[in-house]
Amino acid sequence: MADKKLQFAIYWAASCGGCDVAILDVNEKILDIAAAADIRLWPVAMDFKYKDVEGWADGEIDVCLFNGAVRNSEQLHLARLLRRKCKVMVAFGACACFGGIPGLANLHDRKSIFEAVYGYTASTVNPEGTTPQPHLKVPEGELTLPVFFDDVYSLSQVIPVEYYVPGCPPTPDTIMTAVTAIVTGSLPPPGATVASDKSVCHDCKRKKSDKPTIKRFHRPFEIVPDPEQCLLEQGFTCMGSASRGGCGALCPAVNMPCRGCYGPMPGSLDPGADALAAMTSILAASDDATVAAETARLLDPLGTFYRFTLPVSVLGRAPKAS
Amino acid sequence: MEPRVGVFVCHCGTNIAGVVDVARVAEAARTWANVVHAEDYKFMCSDPGQAMVKQAILRHKIDRVVVAACSPRMHEATFRKACAEAGLNPYLFEMANIREHCSWVHEDKQAATLKAIDIVRMAVAKARLLEPLETRSVKVEPKALVVGGGVAGIQAALNLANAGIKVVMVERQQSIGGRMAQLDKTFPTLDCSACILTPKMVQVAQHPNVTLYTCAEVEEVSGYVGNFDVTIRRKATYVDPDVCTACGICLEKCPKKTTSEFEEGLTTRKAVYRLFPQAVPGKPVVDRESCTYFVNGKCKVCERFCEPKAFRWDDTDKVVHERVGAILVATGYDLYDASALGQWGYGRFPDVITGIEFERLNNATGPTGGRILKKDGTEPKSVAILHCVGSRDRNYKEYCSRVCCMYSLKFAHLLREKTAATVWNFYIDMRCFGKGYEEFYNRLLHEGVKFVRGKAAYVTDQPANDDEKGRLVVSAEATTLGEVLRVPVDMVILASAVTPQPDAPAVARRFGMSLSPDGFFMEKHPKLEPFSTATDGVYLAGACQGPKDIPDAVAHGAAAASTAMALISRGEVEVEAATAQVTEGACSGCKVCQDICPYAAIGFDGPKKVATINPSLCKGCGTCVATCPSSAIVGRHFTDQQVLAQISALFAG
Ligand SMILES: Cc1cc2nc3c(=O)[nH]c(=O)nc-3n(C[C@H](O)[C@H](O)[C@H](O)COP(=O)(O)OP(=O)(O)OC[C@H]3O[C@@H](n4cnc5c(N)ncnc54)[C@H](O)[C@@H]3O)c2cc1C
Ligand code: SF4
Ligand code: SF4
Repeated sequence: MADKKLQFAIYWAASCGGCDVAILDVNEKILDIAAAADIRLWPVAMDFKYKDVEGWADGEIDVCLFNGAVRNSEQLHLARLLRRKCKVMVAFGACACFGGIPGLANLHDRKSIFEAVYGYTASTVNPEGTTPQPHLKVPEGELTLPVFFDDVYSLSQVIPVEYYVPGCPPTPDTIMTAVTAIVTGSLPPPGATVASDKSVCHDCKRKKSDKPTIKRFHRPFEIVPDPEQCLLEQGFTCMGSASRGGCGALCPAVNMPCRGCYGPMPGSLDPGADALAAMTSILAASDDATVAAETARLLDPLGTFYRFTLPVSVLGRAPKAS
Repeated sequence: MEPRVGVFVCHCGTNIAGVVDVARVAEAARTWANVVHAEDYKFMCSDPGQAMVKQAILRHKIDRVVVAACSPRMHEATFRKACAEAGLNPYLFEMANIREHCSWVHEDKQAATLKAIDIVRMAVAKARLLEPLETRSVKVEPKALVVGGGVAGIQAALNLANAGIKVVMVERQQSIGGRMAQLDKTFPTLDCSACILTPKMVQVAQHPNVTLYTCAEVEEVSGYVGNFDVTIRRKATYVDPDVCTACGICLEKCPKKTTSEFEEGLTTRKAVYRLFPQAVPGKPVVDRESCTYFVNGKCKVCERFCEPKAFRWDDTDKVVHERVGAILVATGYDLYDASALGQWGYGRFPDVITGIEFERLNNATGPTGGRILKKDGTEPKSVAILHCVGSRDRNYKEYCSRVCCMYSLKFAHLLREKTAATVWNFYIDMRCFGKGYEEFYNRLLHEGVKFVRGKAAYVTDQPANDDEKGRLVVSAEATTLGEVLRVPVDMVILASAVTPQPDAPAVARRFGMSLSPDGFFMEKHPKLEPFSTATDGVYLAGACQGPKDIPDAVAHGAAAASTAMALISRGEVEVEAATAQVTEGACSGCKVCQDICPYAAIGFDGPKKVATINPSLCKGCGTCVATCPSSAIVGRHFTDQQVLAQISALFAG
């Protein structure tokens, strides 16, 4: 390792760009990374062409940090291509790990998404009703666009993945833990997630009562939270207990309920169901009417409980229209 | 190593094979991965059937067994035992229910066979992932709790105590005896109720193995079969029973009267009282609610006359803790509030009375000294007895109360014997099913009683002619004559329905029992285990399980006692191994699970900051498994992987 620099590739698929920025968030440590590794591909920061990647020998790259979910043919192509070229594939960030926020598009399909985006959203002006077409003949020849899928996939749903670095985005500490492990060759066995095996609650400093109950669900803007007490017990839909820790419980520390961006707990099949079952189990309501009234206050349960994980949960997606 | 699954498909005579093509099910199973052996047989639960399983385990080196037959509630234990006898861990057995879930509920043979194949495929999918579990034994506390001191509870307690088992009996009234103590004569033999009951009451109270708590109720139960911890609240009685000589002078001297519950409100008792003259225990207690001293702050007349100085005005409730191995619930029954049945005039017409009131009228220690009198003190010349008041009626109680026909006949006999009255019985069907009961009915047919087959519709005091003036008129359709009768009488006796105790739901919750649709406590099996409940170690005795006459209540009590005795004399019980388990590494101590276990099996390890589960208390219900947000609790024998494999197998067909 010492004589030859590590070869890195960083790629983004269906993502917001936050993960790339997060890499810069490690501040001056980026220089250590640059010293230890050649960054051969990083579309957000450097110019490159597909044929550059195609030209690499198989396995030429040591590690690929792949962020973003996979929802079109171009992303799928690049995922497969990079898989061939890279020895170690890392799903980087919540979207690559679990589908992330783009994964909530699994509540719909291509047709309904296009109808909304190119049809009737408040900011749409599209009198001709033009929608993206994968192929278009123009006098100069044929133009192509990637094919948009009905489903959003996590990275490991389309290619084999060695490691997972969760987070929306991963915290600088998590990134440095992962990079240090790569650079020093002390990677855990394949399949591992570079984060804690305990939940966010484990790291959260808030006080929990012996028999927690929820009297009423609240959204963060509705009440001022007590700064000491567990947010869940105050009725916030804090996902801490159903979410993998490793973030250092940053959100609850600043009065913001955990959103669950580090994904499901190890062994969990459906983090959304886990959280929903827990919260409703401790709801202090003894009759059906109160239960109905209180649970009706859980607005957007899917978006809340599956915010980052819909594609990898048992639920997976909403039934397709056809 | 790959699992080796053996599949055994049962015909259950024609119960299954009549609808499901069992040979085809076995044939399908042979084609599935890991299934190394599959066969079908007439009765898998028979000795030869079990022997087949054992032989196959040895011959084909089977390490997972699937029996496709009836409900696991019937035979899971049978086959687990057979597996264990062949050296296989009993938890490597899985039962596929193709009888209750399939053949019994379907007619289409083709479709039922396909469904049975699906069910068995699911069981095999789970079986592949089964893991051996170790069963554990716990010691059984050689003591039993009997709740309720009616005749059923008394019989149960006596049987247990005579077998050398310590018994704690808790009765909420001042005396044991229950409803039977209120009865005068008992059908069909007409022997005096008190004469046969009081010796048993005395026997149980004096038994060296019995601790009797009256004026007491069970407040809390925790623990599990063999080791229940019971909290009993003994109400303050303000009389020290160790000092009181039961001379009864206070009963005479107390100036304060209040209605007597034992006499069904037909007369009064004093504020210091015993339930009835032969009450056991015989020491009086003070009723705080009506006692002048407690109401007004002065009186204490009783104390002045009490020679041994037994009164303790500062007495308080006492809480007693007992640890018992078995619990027998014998809390008896209540009666339908007849005033809620307006059409029969109870509460409006003084001479419309209930059966239990009639028992008291008829009793020598009752309000009339045993004379059957109307409220005006005269003897009735004509009496109507209405059967099925509130029973066998969809508007009230759908079930038959099982004792009313017989006691109505008893009343008719007693009326004919003691008075010159004409007696009318209005009945729907005459239900005289017990030993000597039909004979008793036949005897009554010759005693000049008028039997009308037809339910009385209403009782009115509005005369339609001179003859009816000033009398009660019973209207009924005599179905055998096909005409509507109006019968003027002087007294009406309502055979009101036997109902569950009003606090049955709360009592059920306290002892971990459930209620049947009729509101009585639910037995484990309606035919084969009417004296057990779904909670191990909790048994039922007497009319709390459903209406019963005395012989049935006594037999039921004895049966419950013998089942409890079997548990106690075995000395130890195996507790369920399919329990929930906390994966300590995954638990982050969020405490969400702490209060949700219905068996209070979950605790918390403070220093380690993780939840703990007491495997002896855990019933494996899975509530915490579903609740745990961190997937840190595994329901053993029903793991996520096993359940998902079953679901996938269902859709793989
Ligand atoms: C009018 C009438 C006439 C009858 N005549 C006859 C007859 O002639 N022959 C015959 O065979 N049967 C007769 N029966 C039926 C008979 O009364 C019952 O079979 C018998 O009483 C059932 O006994 P048991 O012990 O199950 O219940 P019960 O007699 O009801 O005893 C239950 C006991 O439990 C106590 N208890 C209840 N709840 C609690 C609690 N939570 N904690 C502590 N203690 C509690 C009660 O105070 C009571 O002492 C008659 C019934 C009626 C209504
Ligand atoms: S639920 Fe949220 S606030 Fe409560 S302990 Fe867990 S992370 Fe902290
Ligand atoms: S104090 Fe008075 S009212 Fe109370 S029991 Fe004694 S005599 Fe009766």
